[in-house]
Amino acid sequence: MASDAHRAIDAIWRIESAKVIAGLARMVRDVGLAEDLAQDALVAALEQWPESGVPENPGAWLMATAKHRAIDALRRASTLERKHELLARELEVEQMTPPDLDAALDDHVGDDLLSLVFTTCHPVLATEARVALTLRLFGGLTTTEIARAFLVSEATVAQRIVRAKRTLAATHVPIELPGRDELPERLSSVLGVVYLVFNEGYAATGGEDWIRPALCEDALRLGRILASLMPREPEVHGLVALMEIQASRLRARVGPGGAAVLLGDQDRARWDQLLIRRGLAALERAEALGGSLGTYALQAAIAACHARARTVEDTDWPRIAALYDALAQLAPSPVVELNRAVAVSMAFGPAAGLELVDRLAEEPALRGYHLLPSVRGDLLSRLGRLDEARTEFERAASLTQNARERELLAGRAAACLPGANGRP
Amino acid sequence: MRFMIIRKADANTEAGVMPRTELLEAMGNYMEEMVKAGVLLAGDGLHPSAKGVRVAFSGGTPSVVDGPFAETKELIAGFTLIDVKSLDEAIEWVKRWPAALDGDPEIEIRQVLEAEDFGAEFTPEQREKEERMRAEIEDRS
Repeated sequence: MASDAHRAIDAIWRIESAKVIAGLARMVRDVGLAEDLAQDALVAALEQWPESGVPENPGAWLMATAKHRAIDALRRASTLERKHELLARELEVEQMTPPDLDAALDDHVGDDLLSLVFTTCHPVLATEARVALTLRLFGGLTTTEIARAFLVSEATVAQRIVRAKRTLAATHVPIELPGRDELPERLSSVLGVVYLVFNEGYAATGGEDWIRPALCEDALRLGRILASLMPREPEVHGLVALMEIQASRLRARVGPGGAAVLLGDQDRARWDQLLIRRGLAALERAEALGGSLGTYALQAAIAACHARARTVEDTDWPRIAALYDALAQLAPSPVVELNRAVAVSMAFGPAAGLELVDRLAEEPALRGYHLLPSVRGDLLSRLGRLDEARTEFERAASLTQNARERELLAGRAAACLPGANGRP
Repeated sequence: MRFMIIRKADANTEAGVMPRTELLEAMGNYMEEMVKAGVLLAGDGLHPSAKGVRVAFSGGTPSVVDGPFAETKELIAGFTLIDVKSLDEAIEWVKRWPAALDGDPEIEIRQVLEAEDFGAEFTPEQREKEERMRAEIEDRS
């Protein structure tokens, strides 16, 4: 049946598309052209496979078909420019080289995929463009899926992708692995894109839903792929560890009616032990590679403290406060400082935490950030200063963009009212 | 979504025949492909049912029956857990199983239940929490 074949082709595309695009990008030296050619091969598959059946090695078939198109396209393109002519001939030679296509592909696949993702996350692109292009080319998501995930129109996503490809071509970004000296910055851009996707799923900044698990799954898959491609990079394992452990709490994060449930209130029996185990193993790998922990590994180590604690009371808060201390030194930021304040308040009491939070009151980077009044409200309420706490919760509720979170904060404000919850 | 790929038992697995080098290598490559694709979560092979037991309940009382068990084709010889977008993608992965070397096994694919599949069914603790929340809201009004 045709529809069965189409569904099979969709599935194959999801598995193979990044490899095909990456291989083509190496050959034609242009990710935009590579994707077009890969799409052509997909169209050919959609035309032929329902009749002929799916070939034994569909990935190799797609690759070979796309290569043929590449040669044709290069022949036709820009009236036999010498460079293109050479490239086409090169490809043809490769094409004629004998059949161990699989092995030939495998040799290149890892490097091709990495070159592709370093390109789609290139700093020359705006963050939004990096995200869209990476999900599309490296993650195999459709424009529709990306649009749905980020709550923007398909036209917007398509536009971002087109512009990103144009920018890459115009700035002559080479599709290759970054050199040793460039690597830290480029790697951090790649990991940053993956974590941004994860976070958009984990704590949606907009919309009606508090979490969007599908995005977390996409980010996790990308992270796991990166870990297998760069097994010697501790921060890649650090990021995977962080995402696995955070994702382990996804189903405990949503309460009845879709309301947000914060860490301290979560039913820990609902945490996903498989993901926790995978996360702890990834963290061990990051630690085993030596050197001091990077920002992702440190955050993973913090997440691991929570994952290991059977109850909130069992949490090793002094260790978490120390890890935040290390994080604040490595990557100082008001947000990290705010988290450190929370950890300190749990380890050494709300007054100690409040002292740190109050130092952040004038921080311009936190102006309009709902978590500042939210944390302050929490500390004040723990100190029994309920009227001040209510004001803070109300402010926090007015600042958040997420409907579910607003509900939660409004609830906490209401609980500080006289008469609520046994208050006199 | 998660799927469990269940490799059914056959005469060889039930006899405890260890896989030959070629199969081990092919299986290793296959698993490696799934790791590289970021879809493999966990997986293992199982000892023959001769080393297993069944615990049956009758009126809440357990009784333990030693293996082996007769209905070989219904038994399980190994499992793999993967995280993919669709059943079709899971099928696509299973089609790549090194079947020729593995004695043309029968493989079953089953979807793992996820939180949203439970719908309105929450844990008692959560339900209690919700009820408490409701009560608080009513108190205030």
